[in-house]
Amino acid sequence: MTIVAAQNEIVAEFEGMADWFDVYEALVKMGRELGSLEEDERNDENSIPGCQSNVWLKMRMENGIIKLEADSDALITKGILSLLLRVLDGRPPGEILNTQLFFLYDIGLSTNLSPSRSDGLNNIIGTVMDFARNNGTQTS
Amino acid sequence: MFDVYKVREDFPILCTDVHGRPLVYFDNAATSQKPQCVIDAVIDHYAQHNSNIHRGVHQLSERCSAAYEAARSKVRGFINAPRDEDVIFTSGTTDSINLVAQSFSSAYLRKGDEVIVTEMEHHSNIVPWQMACERSGASLRTIPFDDQGDLELHLLKEMISDDTRMLAVSHVSNVLGSVNPVKEMVSVAHGHGVPVLVDAAQSAPHIPVDVKDIDCDFLAFSGHKVHAETGIGALYGKSEWLQEMPPYQGGGGMVANVKVGGTTYAEPPLKFEAGTPNYIGAISLGAALDYMTGLGMNEIAAHEERLTEHMLESLGRFEGLTLYGDATLRCPVFSFNLEGLHHYDVGRILDKMGIAVRTGTHCAEPVMDHYGVTGTVRASLALYNTIEEIDVLLEGLERVRSIFA
Repeated sequence: MTIVAAQNEIVAEFEGMADWFDVYEALVKMGRELGSLEEDERNDENSIPGCQSNVWLKMRMENGIIKLEADSDALITKGILSLLLRVLDGRPPGEILNTQLFFLYDIGLSTNLSPSRSDGLNNIIGTVMDFARNNGTQTS
Repeated sequence: MFDVYKVREDFPILCTDVHGRPLVYFDNAATSQKPQCVIDAVIDHYAQHNSNIHRGVHQLSERCSAAYEAARSKVRGFINAPRDEDVIFTSGTTDSINLVAQSFSSAYLRKGDEVIVTEMEHHSNIVPWQMACERSGASLRTIPFDDQGDLELHLLKEMISDDTRMLAVSHVSNVLGSVNPVKEMVSVAHGHGVPVLVDAAQSAPHIPVDVKDIDCDFLAFSGHKVHAETGIGALYGKSEWLQEMPPYQGGGGMVANVKVGGTTYAEPPLKFEAGTPNYIGAISLGAALDYMTGLGMNEIAAHEERLTEHMLESLGRFEGLTLYGDATLRCPVFSFNLEGLHHYDVGRILDKMGIAVRTGTHCAEPVMDHYGVTGTVRASLALYNTIEEIDVLLEGLERVRSIFA
Protein backbone atom coordinates (compact mmCIF):
# COMPACT_ATOMS: atom_id res chain seq x y z
CA MET A 1 0.00 0.00 0.00
CA THR A 2 1.35 3.42 -0.91
CA ILE A 3 1.44 6.38 1.46
CA VAL A 4 -1.47 7.85 -0.48
CA ALA A 5 -3.48 4.65 -0.17
CA ALA A 6 -2.76 4.41 3.55
CA GLN A 7 -3.94 7.98 4.00
CA ASN A 8 -7.08 7.35 1.96
CA GLU A 9 -7.85 4.35 4.13
CA ILE A 10 -7.59 6.42 7.31
CA VAL A 11 -9.71 9.21 5.84
CA ALA A 12 -12.39 6.66 4.91
CA GLU A 13 -12.37 5.22 8.44
CA PHE A 14 -12.78 8.65 10.00
CA GLU A 15 -15.45 9.74 7.55
CA GLY A 16 -17.65 7.04 8.99
CA MET A 17 -17.52 8.59 12.44
CA ALA A 18 -20.53 10.58 13.57
CA ASP A 19 -18.91 13.36 15.58
CA TRP A 20 -15.81 14.50 17.42
CA PHE A 21 -16.69 12.25 20.33
CA ASP A 22 -16.25 9.17 18.11
CA VAL A 23 -13.04 10.59 16.64
CA TYR A 24 -11.49 11.10 20.04
CA GLU A 25 -12.68 7.74 21.30
CA ALA A 26 -11.03 6.17 18.28
CA LEU A 27 -7.82 8.10 18.87
CA VAL A 28 -7.78 7.04 22.52
CA LYS A 29 -8.29 3.41 21.48
CA MET A 30 -5.46 3.63 18.93
CA GLY A 31 -3.31 5.32 21.54
CA ARG A 32 -3.89 2.46 23.95
CA GLU A 33 -3.08 -0.11 21.28
CA LEU A 34 0.16 1.57 20.24
CA GLY A 35 3.08 -0.07 22.00
CA SER A 36 5.30 1.84 24.36
CA LEU A 37 8.97 2.59 24.04
CA GLU A 38 11.25 1.21 26.70
CA GLU A 39 11.87 3.56 29.61
CA ASP A 40 15.48 4.18 28.50
CA GLU A 41 14.28 4.97 24.98
CA ARG A 42 12.07 7.74 26.31
CA ASN A 43 15.18 9.89 26.45
CA ASP A 44 16.22 13.38 25.38
CA GLU A 45 17.70 12.08 22.16
CA ASN A 46 14.35 10.67 21.01
CA SER A 47 12.32 13.51 22.46
CA ILE A 48 10.52 15.87 20.07
CA PRO A 49 10.55 19.45 21.28
CA GLY A 50 7.57 21.77 21.15
CA CYS A 51 4.87 19.32 22.13
CA GLN A 52 2.49 19.93 25.04
CA SER A 53 2.80 16.31 25.95
CA ASN A 54 6.08 14.42 25.88
CA VAL A 55 6.67 12.76 22.52
CA TRP A 56 9.45 10.34 21.73
CA LEU A 57 10.30 9.15 18.25
CA LYS A 58 12.76 6.36 17.55
CA MET A 59 13.94 6.07 13.97
CA ARG A 60 16.28 3.69 12.24
CA MET A 61 17.12 2.50 8.73
CA GLU A 62 16.61 -1.18 8.01
CA ASN A 63 17.19 -2.62 4.55
CA GLY A 64 16.53 0.70 2.88
CA ILE A 65 13.34 1.51 4.73
CA ILE A 66 12.67 3.74 7.69
CA LYS A 67 11.47 1.98 10.84
CA LEU A 68 9.57 4.21 13.22
CA GLU A 69 8.48 3.74 16.80
CA ALA A 70 6.77 6.44 18.78
CA ASP A 71 5.41 7.08 22.23
CA SER A 72 3.81 9.83 24.26
CA ASP A 73 2.56 10.28 27.79
CA ALA A 74 -0.77 11.59 26.46
CA LEU A 75 -3.23 9.12 24.92
CA ILE A 76 -4.70 11.39 22.25
CA THR A 77 -1.19 12.22 21.11
CA LYS A 78 -0.40 8.50 21.03
CA GLY A 79 -3.48 7.97 18.89
CA ILE A 80 -2.28 10.58 16.40
CA LEU A 81 1.20 9.06 16.47
CA SER A 82 -0.33 5.68 15.74
CA LEU A 83 -1.96 7.14 12.60
CA LEU A 84 1.31 8.72 11.54
CA LEU A 85 3.07 5.40 11.94
CA ARG A 86 0.44 3.67 9.83
CA VAL A 87 1.28 6.10 7.05
CA LEU A 88 5.03 6.55 7.42
CA ASP A 89 6.51 3.48 9.10
CA GLY A 90 8.32 1.01 6.86
CA ARG A 91 8.64 3.36 3.89
CA PRO A 92 11.73 4.13 1.85
CA PRO A 93 12.97 7.69 2.43
CA GLY A 94 12.25 8.66 -1.16
CA GLU A 95 8.55 7.83 -0.87
CA ILE A 96 8.23 9.83 2.35
CA LEU A 97 9.95 12.83 0.80
CA ASN A 98 7.92 12.72 -2.38
CA THR A 99 4.40 12.32 -0.95
CA GLN A 100 2.10 14.99 0.38
CA LEU A 101 0.60 14.34 3.82
CA PHE A 102 -3.05 15.27 3.67
CA PHE A 103 -4.91 12.89 5.97
CA LEU A 104 -4.58 14.98 9.14
CA TYR A 105 -6.31 17.88 7.39
CA ASP A 106 -8.93 15.63 5.91
CA ILE A 107 -9.90 14.02 9.21
CA GLY A 108 -10.15 17.37 10.95
CA LEU A 109 -7.02 17.20 13.07
CA SER A 110 -5.44 19.99 11.08
CA THR A 111 -5.39 22.30 14.09
CA ASN A 112 -2.64 20.05 15.30
CA LEU A 113 -0.57 21.23 12.39
CA SER A 114 -0.44 24.87 13.34
CA PRO A 115 3.13 26.08 13.55
CA SER A 116 2.69 27.20 17.15
CA ARG A 117 4.92 26.25 20.00
CA SER A 118 2.21 24.22 21.64
CA ASP A 119 1.65 21.89 18.71
CA GLY A 120 4.53 19.63 18.03
CA LEU A 121 3.02 17.56 15.24
CA ASN A 122 4.85 19.74 12.73
CA ASN A 123 8.05 18.98 14.58
CA ILE A 124 7.34 15.26 14.53
CA ILE A 125 6.70 15.22 10.78
CA GLY A 126 9.69 17.52 10.24
CA THR A 127 11.91 15.16 12.23
CA VAL A 128 10.85 12.19 10.07
CA MET A 129 11.40 14.26 6.92
CA ASP A 130 14.88 15.27 8.07
CA PHE A 131 15.71 11.66 8.81
CA ALA A 132 14.43 10.64 5.38
CA ARG A 133 16.48 13.39 3.74
CA ASN A 134 19.64 12.37 5.60
CA ASN A 135 19.18 8.73 4.68
CA GLY A 136 17.75 9.27 1.20
CA THR A 137 20.88 8.29 -0.69
CA GLN A 138 20.72 4.75 0.68
CA THR A 139 17.65 3.97 -1.39
CA SER A 140 18.79 5.31 -4.73
CA MET B 1 -25.07 45.79 42.35
CA PHE B 2 -22.77 43.49 40.38
CA ASP B 3 -24.82 41.75 37.70
CA VAL B 4 -22.59 39.24 35.93
CA TYR B 5 -25.09 38.66 33.10
CA LYS B 6 -25.12 42.36 32.36
CA VAL B 7 -21.32 42.50 32.62
CA ARG B 8 -21.05 39.70 30.05
CA GLU B 9 -22.88 41.86 27.51
CA ASP B 10 -19.89 44.21 27.57
CA PHE B 11 -17.59 41.48 26.18
CA PRO B 12 -18.42 40.66 22.56
CA ILE B 13 -16.26 37.53 22.43
CA LEU B 14 -18.25 35.86 25.20
CA CYS B 15 -21.16 35.45 22.76
CA THR B 16 -19.13 33.40 20.30
CA ASP B 17 -19.34 29.66 19.76
CA VAL B 18 -16.38 27.31 19.76
CA HIS B 19 -16.79 23.93 18.05
CA GLY B 20 -20.50 24.73 17.89
CA ARG B 21 -20.85 25.30 21.61
CA PRO B 22 -21.02 28.51 23.63
CA LEU B 23 -17.53 29.55 24.67
CA VAL B 24 -16.61 28.97 28.30
CA TYR B 25 -13.47 31.02 28.70
CA PHE B 26 -11.45 29.77 31.65
CA ASP B 27 -7.99 30.83 30.48
CA ASN B 28 -7.99 34.26 32.06
CA ALA B 29 -4.70 33.83 33.89
CA ALA B 30 -3.09 33.64 30.43
CA THR B 31 -5.00 36.59 29.05
CA SER B 32 -8.34 38.25 29.63
CA GLN B 33 -11.05 39.23 27.17
CA LYS B 34 -11.76 42.85 26.30
CA PRO B 35 -14.91 44.86 26.94
CA GLN B 36 -16.36 46.90 24.08
CA CYS B 37 -15.31 50.16 25.77
CA VAL B 38 -11.64 49.13 25.55
CA ILE B 39 -11.99 48.05 21.93
CA ASP B 40 -13.75 51.36 21.19
CA ALA B 41 -11.05 53.37 22.95
CA VAL B 42 -8.41 51.87 20.67
CA ILE B 43 -10.45 52.28 17.48
CA ASP B 44 -11.50 55.78 18.42
CA HIS B 45 -7.96 56.79 19.14
CA TYR B 46 -6.65 55.56 15.80
CA ALA B 47 -9.64 57.04 13.98
CA GLN B 48 -9.67 60.45 15.64
CA HIS B 49 -6.53 61.37 17.50
CA ASN B 50 -3.51 59.32 16.52
CA SER B 51 -0.13 61.02 16.63
CA ASN B 52 3.17 60.41 18.36
CA ILE B 53 3.29 61.78 21.87
CA HIS B 54 5.51 64.26 23.72
CA ARG B 55 7.25 65.68 20.70
CA GLY B 56 4.70 67.52 18.65
CA VAL B 57 3.41 71.03 18.99
CA HIS B 58 0.35 70.24 16.96
CA GLN B 59 -3.12 69.55 18.20
CA LEU B 60 -3.18 65.77 17.67
CA SER B 61 0.13 65.22 19.41
CA GLU B 62 -0.99 67.31 22.34
CA ARG B 63 -4.22 65.35 22.58
CA CYS B 64 -2.33 62.06 22.44
CA SER B 65 0.18 63.16 25.04
CA ALA B 66 -2.65 64.22 27.31
CA ALA B 67 -4.41 60.87 26.83
CA TYR B 68 -1.19 58.98 27.55
CA GLU B 69 -0.54 60.93 30.73
CA ALA B 70 -4.19 60.59 31.75
CA ALA B 71 -3.75 56.82 31.44
CA ARG B 72 -0.71 57.02 33.69
CA SER B 73 -2.83 58.84 36.21
CA LYS B 74 -5.47 56.11 36.02
CA VAL B 75 -2.83 53.46 36.72
CA ARG B 76 -1.66 55.54 39.68
CA GLY B 77 -5.19 55.63 41.01
CA PHE B 78 -5.77 51.92 40.39
CA ILE B 79 -2.78 50.88 42.51
CA ASN B 80 -3.00 53.89 44.85
CA ALA B 81 0.52 55.10 44.06
CA PRO B 82 1.51 58.45 45.55
CA ARG B 83 2.38 60.24 42.31
CA ASP B 84 1.86 59.80 38.56
CA GLU B 85 5.63 59.94 38.10
CA ASP B 86 5.98 56.72 40.08
CA VAL B 87 4.31 54.80 37.25
CA ILE B 88 6.38 53.64 34.28
CA PHE B 89 4.70 52.18 31.23
CA THR B 90 6.30 48.95 30.07
CA SER B 91 5.27 46.20 27.67
CA GLY B 92 4.00 44.05 30.53
CA THR B 93 4.93 42.37 33.78
CA THR B 94 7.89 40.54 32.26
CA ASP B 95 9.28 43.79 30.89
CA SER B 96 8.68 45.53 34.23
CA ILE B 97 10.57 42.86 36.16
CA ASN B 98 13.39 42.84 33.63
CA LEU B 99 13.65 46.61 33.96
CA VAL B 100 14.18 46.35 37.70
CA ALA B 101 16.39 43.28 37.45
CA GLN B 102 18.63 45.18 35.02
CA SER B 103 18.58 48.71 36.40
CA PHE B 104 18.50 47.94 40.10
CA SER B 105 20.99 45.11 39.83
CA SER B 106 23.54 47.04 37.80
CA ALA B 107 23.63 49.66 40.55
CA TYR B 108 23.22 47.56 43.68
CA LEU B 109 23.87 43.86 43.08
CA ARG B 110 27.41 42.64 43.71
CA LYS B 111 29.29 39.37 44.10
CA GLY B 112 28.28 37.60 47.28
CA ASP B 113 24.90 39.35 47.44
CA GLU B 114 21.61 37.48 47.45
CA VAL B 115 18.24 37.84 45.80
CA ILE B 116 15.28 35.98 47.28
CA VAL B 117 12.32 34.77 45.23
CA THR B 118 9.74 32.08 46.00
CA GLU B 119 9.23 28.56 44.70
CA MET B 120 5.85 29.55 43.25
CA GLU B 121 7.02 32.32 40.93
CA HIS B 122 6.18 32.51 37.26
CA HIS B 123 9.37 32.08 35.21
CA SER B 124 9.26 35.81 34.53
CA ASN B 125 10.03 36.49 38.19
CA ILE B 126 12.82 33.91 38.30
CA VAL B 127 14.77 34.10 35.06
CA PRO B 128 15.48 37.88 35.08
CA TRP B 129 16.90 37.46 38.59
CA GLN B 130 18.95 34.43 37.59
CA MET B 131 20.38 36.52 34.76
CA ALA B 132 21.10 39.43 37.13
CA CYS B 133 22.79 37.03 39.55
CA GLU B 134 24.90 35.52 36.77
CA ARG B 135 26.04 38.97 35.70
CA SER B 136 26.93 40.13 39.19
CA GLY B 137 28.06 36.94 40.88
CA ALA B 138 25.18 37.13 43.34
CA SER B 139 23.13 34.08 44.27
CA LEU B 140 19.42 33.35 44.12
CA ARG B 141 17.57 31.82 47.06
CA THR B 142 14.05 30.46 47.11
CA ILE B 143 11.34 30.48 49.76
CA PRO B 144 9.47 27.15 49.49
CA PHE B 145 5.72 26.66 49.85
CA ASP B 146 3.78 23.86 51.49
CA ASP B 147 1.47 21.45 49.64
CA GLN B 148 -1.50 23.61 50.47
CA GLY B 149 0.12 26.41 48.49
CA ASP B 150 1.04 28.68 51.38
CA LEU B 151 4.55 30.12 51.50
CA GLU B 152 6.76 28.90 54.34
CA LEU B 153 6.95 32.41 55.64
CA HIS B 154 9.05 31.62 58.70
CA LEU B 155 11.88 30.66 56.33
CA LEU B 156 11.98 34.18 54.94
CA LYS B 157 12.94 35.40 58.38
CA GLU B 158 15.77 32.84 58.51
CA MET B 159 16.88 33.42 54.95
CA ILE B 160 17.01 37.18 54.83
CA SER B 161 20.38 38.64 55.82
CA ASP B 162 22.71 41.59 55.40
CA ASP B 163 23.65 40.11 52.03
CA THR B 164 20.08 40.21 50.71
CA ARG B 165 19.57 42.94 48.13
CA MET B 166 16.07 42.19 46.83
CA LEU B 167 12.99 40.16 47.62
CA ALA B 168 10.84 39.45 44.55
CA VAL B 169 7.50 37.78 45.16
CA SER B 170 4.24 37.20 43.34
CA HIS B 171 1.14 38.66 44.94
CA VAL B 172 -0.94 35.76 43.59
CA SER B 173 0.36 32.45 42.20
CA ASN B 174 -0.55 31.93 38.53
CA VAL B 175 -0.90 28.18 39.17
CA LEU B 176 -2.26 27.78 42.68
CA GLY B 177 -4.17 31.00 43.08
CA SER B 178 -2.59 31.53 46.50
CA VAL B 179 -2.66 35.11 47.70
CA ASN B 180 0.68 35.71 49.33
CA PRO B 181 0.99 37.87 52.45
CA VAL B 182 3.04 40.48 50.65
CA LYS B 183 2.43 43.19 53.22
CA GLU B 184 3.86 41.03 55.96
CA MET B 185 6.78 40.03 53.75
CA VAL B 186 7.55 43.66 52.96
CA SER B 187 7.58 44.42 56.65
CA VAL B 188 10.10 41.61 57.31
CA ALA B 189 12.24 42.66 54.34
CA HIS B 190 12.21 46.34 55.26
CA GLY B 191 13.27 45.36 58.77
CA HIS B 192 16.53 44.31 57.10
CA GLY B 193 16.63 47.26 54.72
CA VAL B 194 15.74 45.00 51.77
CA PRO B 195 13.52 46.36 48.99
CA VAL B 196 10.65 44.26 47.65
CA LEU B 197 9.27 43.79 44.15
CA VAL B 198 5.71 42.49 43.94
CA ASP B 199 4.57 40.72 40.78
CA ALA B 200 0.89 41.68 40.65
CA ALA B 201 0.14 40.13 37.24
CA GLN B 202 -2.36 37.72 38.79
CA SER B 203 -3.72 39.91 41.56
CA ALA B 204 -4.50 43.09 39.64
CA PRO B 205 -7.41 41.45 37.75
CA HIS B 206 -9.04 40.14 40.92
CA ILE B 207 -8.44 42.08 44.12
CA PRO B 208 -7.68 45.67 45.12
CA VAL B 209 -3.95 46.35 44.87
CA ASP B 210 -2.67 49.18 47.04
CA VAL B 211 1.04 49.95 46.88
CA LYS B 212 0.85 52.37 49.81
CA ASP B 213 -0.75 49.73 51.98
CA ILE B 214 1.63 46.97 50.84
CA ASP B 215 4.52 49.44 51.07
CA CYS B 216 6.42 47.56 48.36
CA ASP B 217 9.26 49.25 46.53
CA PHE B 218 8.24 47.99 43.10
CA LEU B 219 5.06 46.50 41.70
CA ALA B 220 4.49 45.13 38.21
CA PHE B 221 1.36 44.17 36.31
CA SER B 222 0.18 43.53 32.76
CA GLY B 223 -2.52 45.32 30.81
CA HIS B 224 -3.73 42.29 28.90
CA LYS B 225 -4.67 40.46 32.08
CA VAL B 226 -6.84 43.37 33.25
CA HIS B 227 -8.89 43.54 30.04
CA ALA B 228 -6.63 45.96 28.15
CA GLU B 229 -4.57 45.36 25.02
CA THR B 230 -1.50 43.15 24.90
CA GLY B 231 1.90 44.81 24.90
CA ILE B 232 1.23 47.27 27.69
CA GLY B 233 1.94 47.02 31.38
CA ALA B 234 3.11 49.10 34.25
CA LEU B 235 5.85 49.27 36.80
CA TYR B 236 5.38 51.20 40.00
CA GLY B 237 8.54 52.22 41.79
CA LYS B 238 9.08 54.29 44.90
CA SER B 239 10.38 57.63 43.75
CA GLU B 240 13.67 57.35 45.62
CA TRP B 241 14.50 54.16 43.72
CA LEU B 242 13.40 55.55 40.38
CA GLN B 243 15.57 58.60 40.96
CA GLU B 244 18.59 56.52 41.90
CA MET B 245 18.37 53.66 39.43
CA PRO B 246 20.17 54.05 36.11
CA PRO B 247 18.02 53.78 32.98
CA TYR B 248 17.39 50.38 31.46
CA GLN B 249 17.41 51.33 27.79
CA GLY B 250 18.73 54.37 25.95
CA GLY B 251 17.03 56.29 23.18
CA GLY B 252 14.71 59.12 22.41
CA GLY B 253 12.25 60.38 24.97
CA MET B 254 14.35 59.44 28.00
CA VAL B 255 16.87 62.26 27.83
CA ALA B 256 17.14 65.84 29.01
CA ASN B 257 20.16 66.83 26.89
CA VAL B 258 22.29 64.84 24.51
CA LYS B 259 25.76 66.05 23.58
CA VAL B 260 28.33 63.99 21.78
CA GLY B 261 30.33 64.02 24.98
CA GLY B 262 27.52 62.78 27.22
CA THR B 263 23.83 62.72 28.02
CA THR B 264 21.69 63.97 30.85
CA TYR B 265 18.71 61.75 31.49
CA ALA B 266 15.15 62.92 31.88
CA GLU B 267 13.45 62.61 35.24
CA PRO B 268 11.42 59.47 35.97
CA PRO B 269 9.22 58.09 34.60
CA LEU B 270 10.47 59.25 31.18
CA LYS B 271 13.99 58.13 32.08
CA PHE B 272 12.69 54.56 31.79
CA GLU B 273 10.54 55.02 28.68
CA ALA B 274 13.02 55.12 25.82
CA GLY B 275 11.62 55.31 22.31
CA THR B 276 8.02 55.78 21.23
CA PRO B 277 6.00 54.16 23.97
CA ASN B 278 2.95 52.00 23.35
CA TYR B 279 0.65 54.96 23.93
CA ILE B 280 -2.34 53.26 22.32
CA GLY B 281 -1.80 50.36 24.71
CA ALA B 282 -1.59 52.80 27.61
CA ILE B 283 -4.85 54.42 26.53
CA SER B 284 -6.49 50.99 26.35
CA LEU B 285 -5.16 50.25 29.82
CA GLY B 286 -6.68 53.48 31.09
CA ALA B 287 -10.04 52.49 29.58
CA ALA B 288 -9.81 48.99 31.07
CA LEU B 289 -8.98 50.29 34.54
CA ASP B 290 -11.87 52.75 34.29
CA TYR B 291 -14.09 49.82 33.40
CA MET B 292 -12.90 47.72 36.34
CA THR B 293 -13.09 50.52 38.87
CA GLY B 294 -16.54 51.32 37.48
CA LEU B 295 -17.62 47.81 38.41
CA GLY B 296 -15.74 48.14 41.70
CA MET B 297 -12.77 45.99 42.66
CA ASN B 298 -14.47 44.93 45.88
CA GLU B 299 -17.60 43.90 43.96
CA ILE B 300 -15.45 41.96 41.46
CA ALA B 301 -13.63 40.24 44.32
CA ALA B 302 -16.94 39.36 46.03
CA HIS B 303 -18.36 37.89 42.81
CA GLU B 304 -15.20 35.86 42.28
CA GLU B 305 -15.34 34.61 45.84
CA ARG B 306 -18.76 33.11 45.08
CA LEU B 307 -17.30 31.50 41.96
CA THR B 308 -14.36 30.18 43.96
CA GLU B 309 -16.61 28.67 46.57
CA HIS B 310 -18.69 26.88 43.93
CA MET B 311 -15.63 25.72 42.02
CA LEU B 312 -13.92 24.32 45.12
CA GLU B 313 -17.09 22.52 46.14
CA SER B 314 -17.59 21.08 42.63
CA LEU B 315 -13.98 20.01 42.11
CA GLY B 316 -13.90 18.57 45.63
CA ARG B 317 -16.83 16.27 44.78
CA PHE B 318 -15.27 15.03 41.54
CA GLU B 319 -13.84 11.59 42.06
CA GLY B 320 -10.18 11.11 41.19
CA LEU B 321 -9.47 14.81 40.86
CA THR B 322 -6.39 16.23 42.55
CA LEU B 323 -6.48 19.97 43.15
CA TYR B 324 -3.07 21.56 43.61
CA GLY B 325 -3.07 24.18 46.29
CA ASP B 326 -5.79 25.11 48.69
CA ALA B 327 -4.33 28.24 50.16
CA THR B 328 -6.06 30.07 52.96
CA LEU B 329 -6.52 33.12 50.74
CA ARG B 330 -6.95 32.55 47.05
CA CYS B 331 -7.95 33.98 43.69
CA PRO B 332 -10.02 32.02 41.15
CA VAL B 333 -7.16 30.03 39.60
CA PHE B 334 -7.54 26.25 39.88
CA SER B 335 -4.91 23.71 38.85
CA PHE B 336 -5.77 20.05 38.85
CA ASN B 337 -5.25 16.65 37.29
CA LEU B 338 -7.57 13.70 36.81
CA GLU B 339 -6.29 10.38 38.03
CA GLY B 340 -4.52 8.42 35.30
CA LEU B 341 -5.06 11.09 32.66
CA HIS B 342 -2.63 13.42 30.99
CA HIS B 343 -3.49 17.11 31.32
CA TYR B 344 -3.15 17.51 27.57
CA ASP B 345 -5.77 14.83 26.91
CA VAL B 346 -8.15 16.52 29.34
CA GLY B 347 -7.61 19.91 27.72
CA ARG B 348 -8.20 18.56 24.20
CA ILE B 349 -11.56 17.09 25.11
CA LEU B 350 -12.65 20.17 27.04
CA ASP B 351 -11.77 22.28 23.99
CA LYS B 352 -14.14 20.20 21.89
CA MET B 353 -16.85 21.16 24.37
CA GLY B 354 -16.11 24.85 23.94
CA ILE B 355 -14.25 25.11 27.24
CA ALA B 356 -10.95 26.97 27.09
CA VAL B 357 -8.51 25.90 29.80
CA ARG B 358 -4.74 25.84 29.78
CA THR B 359 -2.66 22.71 30.17
CA GLY B 360 1.03 22.28 30.82
CA THR B 361 3.50 23.84 33.22
CA HIS B 362 2.07 27.40 33.12
CA CYS B 363 5.60 28.88 33.01
CA ALA B 364 6.08 27.71 36.59
CA GLU B 365 8.15 24.55 36.40
CA PRO B 366 9.32 24.76 40.03
CA VAL B 367 5.64 24.47 41.06
CA MET B 368 5.28 21.36 38.90
CA ASP B 369 8.45 19.93 40.47
CA HIS B 370 7.03 20.64 43.92
CA TYR B 371 4.05 18.37 43.25
CA GLY B 372 6.03 15.95 41.07
CA VAL B 373 3.83 16.42 37.99
CA THR B 374 4.64 17.19 34.36
CA GLY B 375 1.79 19.66 34.15
CA THR B 376 -1.75 20.43 35.20
CA VAL B 377 -5.08 21.51 33.79
CA ARG B 378 -5.67 25.10 34.84
CA ALA B 379 -9.06 26.76 34.92
CA SER B 380 -8.67 30.46 35.66
CA LEU B 381 -11.73 32.63 36.02
CA ALA B 382 -12.45 36.30 35.65
CA LEU B 383 -15.09 38.82 36.58
CA TYR B 384 -17.40 37.76 33.72
CA ASN B 385 -17.51 34.05 34.50
CA THR B 386 -20.59 32.41 36.00
CA ILE B 387 -21.63 29.58 38.27
CA GLU B 388 -23.32 27.96 35.24
CA GLU B 389 -20.02 27.92 33.36
CA ILE B 390 -18.41 26.09 36.27
CA ASP B 391 -21.16 23.49 35.94
CA VAL B 392 -20.38 23.18 32.22
CA LEU B 393 -16.74 22.53 33.12
CA LEU B 394 -17.79 19.79 35.49
CA GLU B 395 -20.00 18.22 32.80
CA GLY B 396 -16.98 18.43 30.52
CA LEU B 397 -14.82 16.62 33.04
CA GLU B 398 -17.48 13.88 33.28
CA ARG B 399 -17.33 13.56 29.52
CA VAL B 400 -13.55 13.34 29.65
CA ARG B 401 -13.80 10.58 32.20
CA SER B 402 -16.26 8.61 30.07
CA ILE B 403 -14.05 8.86 26.98
CA PHE B 404 -11.00 7.58 28.81
CA ALA B 405 -12.86 5.03 30.92
